Amino acid sequence: MFEIGLEHYLTVAAILFTLGIFGIFLNRKNVIIILMSIELMLLAVNINLVAFSTHLGDLLGQIFAMFVLTVAAAEAAIGLAILVVYFRNRGSIAVEDINMMKG
Amino acid sequence: MISADLMAVLPELFLACAAIGLLMLGVFRGNSATQLVSTLSVVTLIVTFALIALPPRPETVAFGGLLTMDGFGDFMKLLVLIGSGVSIVMAQRYIQREDMNRFEFPVLMLFATLGMMAMISANDLISLYMGLELQSLSLYVVAAFRRDNLRSSEAGLKYFVLGALSSGMLLYGSSMIYGFTGTTNFDGIAQTFAASAGNDIPIGLIVGLVFLCAGLAFKVSAVPFHMWTPDVYEGAPTPVTAFFATAPKIAAMALFIRVLMEPFGGLIDQWQQIVFFVSAASMILGAFAAINQSNIKRLMAYSSIGHIGYALIGLASGTEQGISGIVIYLTIYVFMNLGTFACILCMRQKDRMVEGIDDLKGLSKTQPMMALALAIFMFSMAGIPPLAGFFGKLYIFLAAIEAQLYILAVLGVLTSVVGAFYYLRIIKLMYFDEPAESFDRPIGREMTAVLIITGVFTLLFFVAPGPVVDSAAAAAATLFPG
Repeated sequence: MFEIGLEHYLTVAAILFTLGIFGIFLNRKNVIIILMSIELMLLAVNINLVAFSTHLGDLLGQIFAMFVLTVAAAEAAIGLAILVVYFRNRGSIAVEDINMMKG
Repeated sequence: MISADLMAVLPELFLACAAIGLLMLGVFRGNSATQLVSTLSVVTLIVTFALIALPPRPETVAFGGLLTMDGFGDFMKLLVLIGSGVSIVMAQRYIQREDMNRFEFPVLMLFATLGMMAMISANDLISLYMGLELQSLSLYVVAAFRRDNLRSSEAGLKYFVLGALSSGMLLYGSSMIYGFTGTTNFDGIAQTFAASAGNDIPIGLIVGLVFLCAGLAFKVSAVPFHMWTPDVYEGAPTPVTAFFATAPKIAAMALFIRVLMEPFGGLIDQWQQIVFFVSAASMILGAFAAINQSNIKRLMAYSSIGHIGYALIGLASGTEQGISGIVIYLTIYVFMNLGTFACILCMRQKDRMVEGIDDLKGLSKTQPMMALALAIFMFSMAGIPPLAGFFGKLYIFLAAIEAQLYILAVLGVLTSVVGAFYYLRIIKLMYFDEPAESFDRPIGREMTAVLIITGVFTLLFFVAPGPVVDSAAAAAATLFPG
């Protein structure tokens, strides 16, 4: 039978992480998608941590994953708050409109 | 046992409790208490400073290896506290004038400072991440603090997106390191290298290290992860920019040094190339990209990228001398930058902030003392002897030569010649051009005090470099046991 091992989890996590990074850089539409991509990256890290934790038989990775989840929630809240402030000033959250300053 | 742990983190504990207390005070008293909260937060930082500087603090590891207290960390924490404290002092008048008069501002600065102190003391990947996030989350908010201003909210948004990306990379690196060493503790990681004696290092671990370095390079805004810096510096309110240019840089640099020297000291052959490249690229970009700038805050952003490049030379050398060079460099950097930003905060015409370099024309005729102060800082940043900035570069380059990094040393000298162009251009504008409109006066007592202290430090550093150099050497020595 085909066995699902550590490598498979790591591969999935690596793919998700790459998707997250590309989501940030290639997306030209909406800042909300960037927030989702960031979330995707952090969840990929969590898969990594839990997979390693099971593989090593060590709880530390799962504790780390809990911390990451908590901080990710706070980060999303702050991100959305900043986005709301930005929308009030600019009237748009399209990525190409974030161009007041060059760069 | 727990009381010993708590005693070891007494300054952090005090800062945390005071910040929460000030938050409560602000909530109950409303925005009318902003001045009070702001003053009390400066007092809090001074007390924290005293708690670190005055009592003898033995080198300990607290909370089961999560935090480490050593001379290096203490010295960096003092620098961070100076940066935060002076930034809050400089911000007081600004937040009243510019409609940012809300008590959350100093409280957020305190929480960010607490996060930085946790970063500096981190001895475990988990505490590293928690400290970094406490700092970053507070900084995202203060960058967007002028919420009715488009530039400020854009700066906050950009900082948030790129900061979150860098945290993600750092975390991915941490997860790989955890997976391939089986521990998140810095001492534990160092032991696995000692056990394997440098051979057969798994490739996954190197990948993790590269990701970790990328995340940290983001936080110190080193090339190629610098792209957020100019926009955030330009858009954020000026006192916030002053804060960004000092305290978080010091904390992130201290973290960078600790991570690479302590757990990954055995992997120096691997990370030396990364730091070498990052340092060279930062110096070159910092020197050339700043030439064309017309906004002084943007210019300072590129200048800070360049300065981080010079500081990283010391890290690339990986020697005790190099680390003490960085500590000296960062000390001088904090004072120069605080002084320069005090000058920028005084650039007001008819009750409005101006940020153009051309607005400085003829400053020597309208405000000779301020022009003199700014000239001192600019000469010092360009590295002209006998000002402080020269000695900062001198110790770094000496360390590079000793470590046989001749390319970096030569590149450093060449780029500082290029960098001197735009620093000297500001001096030329101030002294040899016809006066434009003059700036508003008076500049305020606290600004005068900041300008005098930082100016005298920069000007007279060569008279008695002993205290700074000796304590920097002692701080660096604690990273190299035995």
